[in-house]
Amino acid sequence: MSTYLPFARTEARTNYLNADYGWKSWLFTTDHKRIALLYLFSITAFFFVGGAFAVGMRVNLLTPEGIFAHDTYNKLFTMHGIIMVFFFLVPSIPATLGNFLVPLMIGARDLAFPRINLLSWYLYMIGGAIALTAIVKGGVDTGWTFYAPFSSTYSNTHVILTAIGVFVSGFSSILTGLNFIVTIHTMRAPGMTWGRLPLFVWGHYATSLIQVLGTPVIAITLVLLGLERVLHAGIFDPAVGGDPVLFQHLFWFYSHPAVYIMILPGMAVISEIIPCFSRKALFGYTFVAISSIAIAVLGFLVWGHHLFVAGQSMYASMVFSLLSFLVAVPSAIKVFNWTATMYKGSVSYETPMLYAFGFIGLFTIGGLTGLFLATLAIDVHVTDTYFVIAHFHYIMVGGMVMAYLGGIHFWFPKISGRMYPEGWARFAALIVFVGFNLTFFPQFILGYQGMPRRYAHYPPEFQVLNVMSTAGASILAVGYLLPIIYLGWAWRKGPKAPQNPWNAKGLEWEQSPTPPPTYNFETQPVVTEPAYNYSGESEEVGIG
Amino acid sequence: MGVFSIFPPRASTTAVQIDALYTFLLIVAGIMTALIFFCVFFFAVRYRRKNQDDPAPKAIHGSLPLEIAWSVFPFLIMLVMFAWGAKLYFQNYTPPLHDTFDIYVTGKQWMWKVQYPTGQREINEMHVPTGRPVKLILASEDVIHSFYIPAFRLKHDVVPGSYQTYWFEATEPGRYHILCAEYCGTNHSDMGGWVTVMKPNDFERWLAGDTGGSMREQGEKLFQQYGCVTCHVTDREGRCPSLLNVFGNPVVLDDGRTVIADEAYVRESILNPNAKVVKGYKHDIMPVFQGQISEEGLLQLIVYVKSLSPPAPRSGKSAAPAPKANPK
Repeated sequence: MSTYLPFARTEARTNYLNADYGWKSWLFTTDHKRIALLYLFSITAFFFVGGAFAVGMRVNLLTPEGIFAHDTYNKLFTMHGIIMVFFFLVPSIPATLGNFLVPLMIGARDLAFPRINLLSWYLYMIGGAIALTAIVKGGVDTGWTFYAPFSSTYSNTHVILTAIGVFVSGFSSILTGLNFIVTIHTMRAPGMTWGRLPLFVWGHYATSLIQVLGTPVIAITLVLLGLERVLHAGIFDPAVGGDPVLFQHLFWFYSHPAVYIMILPGMAVISEIIPCFSRKALFGYTFVAISSIAIAVLGFLVWGHHLFVAGQSMYASMVFSLLSFLVAVPSAIKVFNWTATMYKGSVSYETPMLYAFGFIGLFTIGGLTGLFLATLAIDVHVTDTYFVIAHFHYIMVGGMVMAYLGGIHFWFPKISGRMYPEGWARFAALIVFVGFNLTFFPQFILGYQGMPRRYAHYPPEFQVLNVMSTAGASILAVGYLLPIIYLGWAWRKGPKAPQNPWNAKGLEWEQSPTPPPTYNFETQPVVTEPAYNYSGESEEVGIG
Repeated sequence: MGVFSIFPPRASTTAVQIDALYTFLLIVAGIMTALIFFCVFFFAVRYRRKNQDDPAPKAIHGSLPLEIAWSVFPFLIMLVMFAWGAKLYFQNYTPPLHDTFDIYVTGKQWMWKVQYPTGQREINEMHVPTGRPVKLILASEDVIHSFYIPAFRLKHDVVPGSYQTYWFEATEPGRYHILCAEYCGTNHSDMGGWVTVMKPNDFERWLAGDTGGSMREQGEKLFQQYGCVTCHVTDREGRCPSLLNVFGNPVVLDDGRTVIADEAYVRESILNPNAKVVKGYKHDIMPVFQGQISEEGLLQLIVYVKSLSPPAPRSGKSAAPAPKANPK
């Protein structure tokens, strides 16, 4: 299994990219790899729309008095959040890399429901189009959290239209999760036991569980919000007998697990990259696999840590605080095991590995500052300040986006059949890392000093740190634009990729041609060894 | 506290306690970060691939004792954070049953209305004594706000349809920010003010209304106390007319009439702002102060408004004594 396909096979061969031409062959495709690319391009577009809003915010915050009118700024941060969370982060890795790689990694021809897979992209696009319509018509100013009764009664922006967009795209997320769960259960190649599954697949399995179980709750919550806003049903607005804190419970019951929808696939990517560039089996495979499931399960039990100052029972807060510390343990296990994997390895520093280093560093800081927020009395001071903003950007941007970029570079040869320019890519990774830290580290300090989030104007003593943050954001923007340019160039002009440029293990590299044919494998792959068997051991070894 | 201190001013007993816990967390997080960064950096350099043809190293599949160790020990440290944090949380959100000085705070888009049992009312200003437990009773007239005083390290959401409370004991006299920390609509970021911490004697004198000073100075204090200054002098949103160089001059009203801004006009505009609205401004923006300001206070305010329009003609705004919006 460790033998590579002859180089000649990669030349002038029919693959999923050149098997068919014309827009119909893309818009009506049921090939998971083409759908992954449809997602890749649409998600990238949404990322830059969301990023443009962030640019507007950072420009406004250059001076304490701001540049834009209050309402404009309020719409900027709301639309930044909605686009980035629902239309970039939630689908990002699962819908692109996951879609492309899960069947390849388990030795399947496609996902279990190829047409549902296409339907999920269309739902995503329809939801996205509705949300963009709301933006073009004047936008929405509730914050991405849609807190009632502001959203249900007081805001006079396009709340309903935006909520419909999020509602529709939620079904896209549910269908992707459902597809993955069924595929992973039923379509594994002979010999691909659960204990041999790549951790990328384990991570996506855990993610899919949350998508299927959690997303319906946000759908219901948005329907209730619509009923409240249109019919004044009296669910959330106390003026008509409702309870505004109930909205927060329902909202975070989805939206906290959704944080794990956003980070688990990132961890899944890192678990592939580190063994490959250390040429060594992942340390503690079983613990890393189980920790993904543990995060998915515990993630459903910590939503109340968003309500420590919202008036929920103090005893409830205490339980949620303890459980929030508990959910930090499986994340810590992952970080320790990734680090230990490099011990006595053979480490090289290609771009995907640089992103993995960045991920470990930034995720560590993001995770540890999460402990500050789980600590009840500290949360009282720093919740709803820039400390929280910095914390979740270290997880979502420092973690997830770093992993996403690492994964895109790692599998770029597989996806496009071309190599990207390594020098430019390393340079961009460095720019992203520097720009990211300069943008978000000052925000931890701002937060503890007391600058609240969602502020169009701010007290003048906070200006220095805000200017630093804006300077960092402009560097970060360059770091994000560079890959678009050189990857776009490499897609057309880059040198042809060899079958397995990283000498990586895994069915997608070893058994499927690069780029893969429409049905992925020329013959049915059979798995005879554990995942990440870089040392070529013949027997499976348990953890001792 | 310089600009670059990571700590905001400490002005309450809780601030000291929270900063101690925060310092503990910083130390633990710092050690953990250093440990992981060191390992990643050290392994990456020490075990770097020297030759592309090197054989793959021997696999290490894991270690159960290590897995247990790095799950259990961090969690034990987390339990310390949990217990310490929970103790302070219960303490700060459970006011003493007796002997608290109670202040009633109402949030409203976009201002804080503060009332004292003795009858004083303020807008976006709060006065508290040092060395005495102060209990806040928080209510909202519309959406969710959050009453946040960074110098005390305390906040609580202000939820419509319910009362929320927290308490503190101020320690350092001075003026500190009050901020709204829960997004509440258009002017969320301007929904702030100042808490003035006073020595007990000064506070008693303030509470008794014996503030001293000339009528103009007292008027200026009232002008700040009732929040007039935020709209009528420093406002950039065009919600209300500026009062600089208005007194004694003609004013065009929204029904087309022109009046002279004299004492009677100023008094009526304070007590019943909707009676004669200046052309180009909306009704119902300014709170009605009928029955809330004593006649004495009204006179002091009028003297102060007069002082914003010095007799020197066309001297521009430089002649007007700029009110100190935010002393300190």
